[in-house]
Amino acid sequence: MSAVERIPILKIGDVLLASIQVDLQDRDVLALQEDLAEKITATGAHGVILDISAVDIVDSFIGRMFATIASTSRLFDAHTVVVGMRPAVAITLVELGLTLGEVRTALDLEKGLAILAELGERAPR
Amino acid sequence: MTIETGRSDNLADLLRTGAAALTARWVELAAAPLRGRLSPAELERELSELYGALLSGVDSGARDVAAEPYAELRGQLADLSRRRARAGFTPSETAIAVFALKQALFEFVDRDDAQGGLREVVVFSQLLDALGLQTFETYAKAREEVIDEQAEQLLELTTPVVKLWDGVLAVPLVGTLDSARTQVVMEKLLEALVTTGAAHAIIDITGVLAVDTQVAQHLLKTVMAARLMGAECTISGIRPHIAQTIVALGIEFGDITTKSSLADALRHALRRSGVDVVTADRRG
Repeated sequence: MSAVERIPILKIGDVLLASIQVDLQDRDVLALQEDLAEKITATGAHGVILDISAVDIVDSFIGRMFATIASTSRLFDAHTVVVGMRPAVAITLVELGLTLGEVRTALDLEKGLAILAELGERAPR
Repeated sequence: MTIETGRSDNLADLLRTGAAALTARWVELAAAPLRGRLSPAELERELSELYGALLSGVDSGARDVAAEPYAELRGQLADLSRRRARAGFTPSETAIAVFALKQALFEFVDRDDAQGGLREVVVFSQLLDALGLQTFETYAKAREEVIDEQAEQLLELTTPVVKLWDGVLAVPLVGTLDSARTQVVMEKLLEALVTTGAAHAIIDITGVLAVDTQVAQHLLKTVMAARLMGAECTISGIRPHIAQTIVALGIEFGDITTKSSLADALRHALRRSGVDVVTADRRG
């Protein structure tokens, strides 16, 4: 068993960016969820971007984790945007009958940042 | 094919007296190459029906299969062939159902009066049958390849993804939608969303004549998948009777945007992306 893959979380302004470059194991996502929660409280970020443009395979557990991450982030008043989902992954999630709940989606990182900026403007802090 | 024979009554008699034995052997012989893909009971029912029709044809004295007395037999054979084709049997496996009776009949006659010459003819005739089947098999295969190729080309041709505006893609669908085609549309559209980075997509079904539940499901899935990828998808051009079908089938489009025309859908997409269309004021 290899060690848990820690996905790096980068901070850009008040947005946290987690770019997932490997195929996810269940425990990797659990670790990511913990790390993100800690990082949001530490930095007071208002947005989280999950970049999954390099992810080929997503199962129902991981799909649900995205929704969980979003719900958790909402508790810290941060919005979550999943960006760069591949067609095959999108089709899989639809076939699995998963909806991502509060998660917003965008085609690429740029559009994801635009969505967060818009959400930030709508609810000024 | 017309065969003149002065002993037509003999043949009818032979078929009638040997009916039970012949049918049983026929079913046995015809079942062997199918390797259990058809239940023996079903095969027996089919072949018994055929045998009855054949017997009444032979009984009439006519020997031309295009003649009226064989009409019922022809109909039954056509039905049988169609069922076999639908079930995915090869031409040989289908034709063997007919040829097997010949073998059964030869065995039956052979038991009564064995003649050396006849046996040679039987063996040679079986060889020729096999060759004939081989020819037909190859022919059918070649035809199928051509049809597959054309179907594939058609699939490619008929599902273009076009760009209507910066960030607005459209798929105009024309003709009959089946699951395979909707699948292709889905994949092409999603791929195009990634490559162009368009945030809006319009599926226009003005040219679609019929929609069933499966196709509607696929369309819905496409819209959901596009949404997961972060693009908004609109369905436009639903014909009145298709709208009625959709409602009658109880398909829920939920919060998916539907517009009556492609123009409306484009205007909606433009407005969502912050572009306003105004008529130029020519007076000033």
